[in-house]
Amino acid sequence: MMDYWQRVYRRSRRQYQRLGWRTLHLDPWLLLALLTIIAGGLIVLYSAGGESTYLVEAQALRFVAAFVVMLLIAQVSPRTMKRLAWFFYIVVTLMLVAVDIIGTHAMGAQRWLTIPGVIRFQPSELMKLAMPMTIAAYLSRRVLPPGWLDLLVCLALMGVPVGLIANQPDLGTSMLVTASAVFVILLAGLSWRFIAVCAGLGIAAMPLLWFNMHQYQRQRVLTFLNPESDPLGSGWNIIQSKTAIGSGGIHGKGWMQGTQSQLEFLPERHTDFIVAVLGEEFGLIGMSVLMTCYLLLIWRGLYMANQAHDTFGRLLGGSLVLTFFVYVFVNVGMVSGVLPIVGVPLPLISYGGTASVTLMAGFGMLMAVFTHHKTTPR
Amino acid sequence: MRPRRATLEDSEQQARIFRRRSVLAAFVVLIMFSGLIGRMVWLQVVQHDVFITRSDKNRMRVEPLPPNRGLIFDRNHQVLAENRPTYNLTLVREQAGDVGQTISRLIDILNLPEDQHDVLAQRSRERLRSYEPALLLSDLNEEQIARIAVNRYRLPGVEVEAQLIRYYPDGEWMSHVLGYVGRISQEDQQRIDTSNYAGTHFIGKTGIERFYEDELHGQAGVRRVETNARGRTLREIDRTPPKPGKNLTLTLDSRLQKLGHDLLKGKRGAIVAIEPKTGAILAMVSEPGFDNNKFVTGIDTKSYAALRDDVDMPLYNRAARGQYPPASTVKPYMASAGLEYGLIQPSDTVYDPGYYQLPNDSRRYRNWLRWGHGRVDMKRAITVSNDTYFFTLAHRMGIDRLSAFMHKYGFGEDHSLDVWGAGNGLMPSRDWKRGRYNQVWYPGETLSVGIGQGYWLATPLQMATAVSVLANDGKWVRPHLAMQVGDEQIAPPFENTPDDVKLDNPHWWGLIHQAMENVMTGSEGSGRASGRNLQYRMAGKSGTAQVFTLGQKEKYNAAELEERLHDHALFTAYAPVDDPKIAVAVIVENGGGGSRVAAPIAREMLDAWILPGIKSGNEAQDHARQNEHAADRMATGD
Repeated sequence: MMDYWQRVYRRSRRQYQRLGWRTLHLDPWLLLALLTIIAGGLIVLYSAGGESTYLVEAQALRFVAAFVVMLLIAQVSPRTMKRLAWFFYIVVTLMLVAVDIIGTHAMGAQRWLTIPGVIRFQPSELMKLAMPMTIAAYLSRRVLPPGWLDLLVCLALMGVPVGLIANQPDLGTSMLVTASAVFVILLAGLSWRFIAVCAGLGIAAMPLLWFNMHQYQRQRVLTFLNPESDPLGSGWNIIQSKTAIGSGGIHGKGWMQGTQSQLEFLPERHTDFIVAVLGEEFGLIGMSVLMTCYLLLIWRGLYMANQAHDTFGRLLGGSLVLTFFVYVFVNVGMVSGVLPIVGVPLPLISYGGTASVTLMAGFGMLMAVFTHHKTTPR
Repeated sequence: MRPRRATLEDSEQQARIFRRRSVLAAFVVLIMFSGLIGRMVWLQVVQHDVFITRSDKNRMRVEPLPPNRGLIFDRNHQVLAENRPTYNLTLVREQAGDVGQTISRLIDILNLPEDQHDVLAQRSRERLRSYEPALLLSDLNEEQIARIAVNRYRLPGVEVEAQLIRYYPDGEWMSHVLGYVGRISQEDQQRIDTSNYAGTHFIGKTGIERFYEDELHGQAGVRRVETNARGRTLREIDRTPPKPGKNLTLTLDSRLQKLGHDLLKGKRGAIVAIEPKTGAILAMVSEPGFDNNKFVTGIDTKSYAALRDDVDMPLYNRAARGQYPPASTVKPYMASAGLEYGLIQPSDTVYDPGYYQLPNDSRRYRNWLRWGHGRVDMKRAITVSNDTYFFTLAHRMGIDRLSAFMHKYGFGEDHSLDVWGAGNGLMPSRDWKRGRYNQVWYPGETLSVGIGQGYWLATPLQMATAVSVLANDGKWVRPHLAMQVGDEQIAPPFENTPDDVKLDNPHWWGLIHQAMENVMTGSEGSGRASGRNLQYRMAGKSGTAQVFTLGQKEKYNAAELEERLHDHALFTAYAPVDDPKIAVAVIVENGGGGSRVAAPIAREMLDAWILPGIKSGNEAQDHARQNEHAADRMATGD
């Protein structure tokens, strides 16, 4: 490890004279999109948090830290990532097992791993990175498109951590981790026949899933199907968020003028439901601008993944970008009432700790696969 | 697994596959984002109106603004009912979460007795609509307010609310006539427009407060406020101010009322004083009284039970609802009936041997004076209150004509304009008895009714009204308590005024007035002990109503009978005779002889009204007592 960082240091010293984005292993366009969204998010957060500078400062600080993480990870060559993928995967899986045994409870789920006095984090977040890395590392060593055997191996690799995370229970994260693995497989060129068969199996497994859900998860689905059935209870969130968005109209009520959010009718308004604040205060225009930013970010990401110089980089980058898309889609979908409520924050905007760091780490990886040009020797 | 080396060709093929797939993905992303934008268009453009309404409904709450209750004054503009600022504790159940727990905390914080829990829980449910504060406790003191303030964070939904609350400065002697306001009960909700009472906690329960409830209450206003999700009010958006209730000026003179209260102190009884020309009720006293202020803030069960179960029945409005035999006070009316029906001439005489016997009946109907008054004409019969004369007259008249004529004086029906809950009394008749008991009418019963006994019952208000009509030479004015409601004067003529009592010869009124004046001043007058030193012309008539029926041979002995079996003392009077300014009826329950006990009280009331300067209660009491002793020495009777 040590000599790696020494090499990085020496190389950057060498290239110091002709410093450019490539040398920094950054992509200016992606960076621009990220900063735009984050800055807009902070503005919305200020309003959603009840004009609290505390929230904004904490969030900004967190992003500064996340940026540092991104910057560092961007320096790591994809080759190293590929090498470390298995190690990383095993460590995180062990952490998930540890969470199951000694984890900290919060809000009815056991998600946190605490090293007293040092750090408290969710290993499941790390799995969002470890999973696509591992699957990509595995598939990039195989002949593509993947066959039955590869698929079974990938499903096995995927099944263990996803099962552990779903067991915490954390439906949102397990879904995202699954998505990240599935995207690698799809991008690797899984034949459409396989896709059709798997989709059929997935639909067939739906009832099984229903019976394995926790009561509160079932309740969420039921509430999604008919929010008016319990307007003051579990239907409250979705009714209030739709009311917030709908009452915003085209132009919105104005920054810090949203009655739904400012008068606290909107639940979780600085975390999972923050997009409803945006919809209420900035209206359809604000929503369109945000969605466009996300779209451009995702398109740039896909372009960058295409520019990677090896299969591992492409698969990893593509999967990370598409997982990011799932984040956005699921969050906006649930807040606007087209998807059931799952605990997925709005990436780069929702107030919260670990998720933003993992996200930025993911973007760091994307930048790495885009900027490290030396082809990986086989 | 057989590791395979990837060739350059493989790598290019993989890149191609990836490119195809990622272009597809980019396209899918675009479609799905368009779907989300479409969803936003649906919510924010198509359904915008629905959601803007919903969000306004969320944040805006319409709060009622209770009007201030109108004040009540007496005729001299002295305040009888006012509004005092107090602090009340209210609870909004919807905001309280666990109501039981909140109430337990309140009891703990305010050091209330444990048994208050059920009372408060009950009160928290007594309100008109959801999200409306229910009144838990009234009239908090400063320490309680401070304790609530400190613990407010533990008491969701609990608010200390400044409110005006009813206060009766002269509670004890005004309680029956004014009535009182109390918290709105489930029962009350049936009879009110609940939207106008939103935010009002009190409503008139009895008396004037009840009768003029609509005028006193006023019109509630509303204000729209912005609230947050927890229901806390943040700011006012707009308001329609409430219209305050109208002030009420009563015909009562609180000094006269107080005097009546003092004169009856320690006794049970009632006084009603009426201005004959206007029908204005000057005083309406019922003793014993109670403090109606206790009812405003919610009387506790124990005190209420004590009042309710008191043998003296302090809650009972004797003046308006008490039913007593009017006894000999009806003799002047009987005389007028006899004259009008042509049954007697003023100069006709009846021989009184001390009793009256119906033809073919051995039963003797005794005069109050065992040995009789000898020959009595109409005037003397009234003056000495001879029973035999009126037995004779009643027998000649018959119950039907008697009953019909007494109805003209207002017996048997309530003719008051605005006395809440006034009783009808009972004017018996042949039909009534058949309907009530399915029995025929016996001639002997006519005799009892002829001297105001038997089935005949009247309220003090009716007795005062009748004597007032008599003083007015038969002209009717409905008795009433309100003089002015807001800007509107309450003055005769009133609707539904009964027909005047008409006599063929108007001169006959004068004869009756003379006879009644003789009661006070004649050498044989039953009220002469109270008629000494009169500075104006006073007319009166005593009455003694039997509570305990004596056997044929028994003699009434007050000392041997239990106090509560003593006769009721009655007196009706008016003055000055030539221009009556006041008519009064006095009843003292179990007081004994009317001329002895009730007449001095009536005299003091008249003195107070007619002579300048009202005597203090003590002075008048002393004076009344002297007249009572004088009556003892003179051995007057009825």
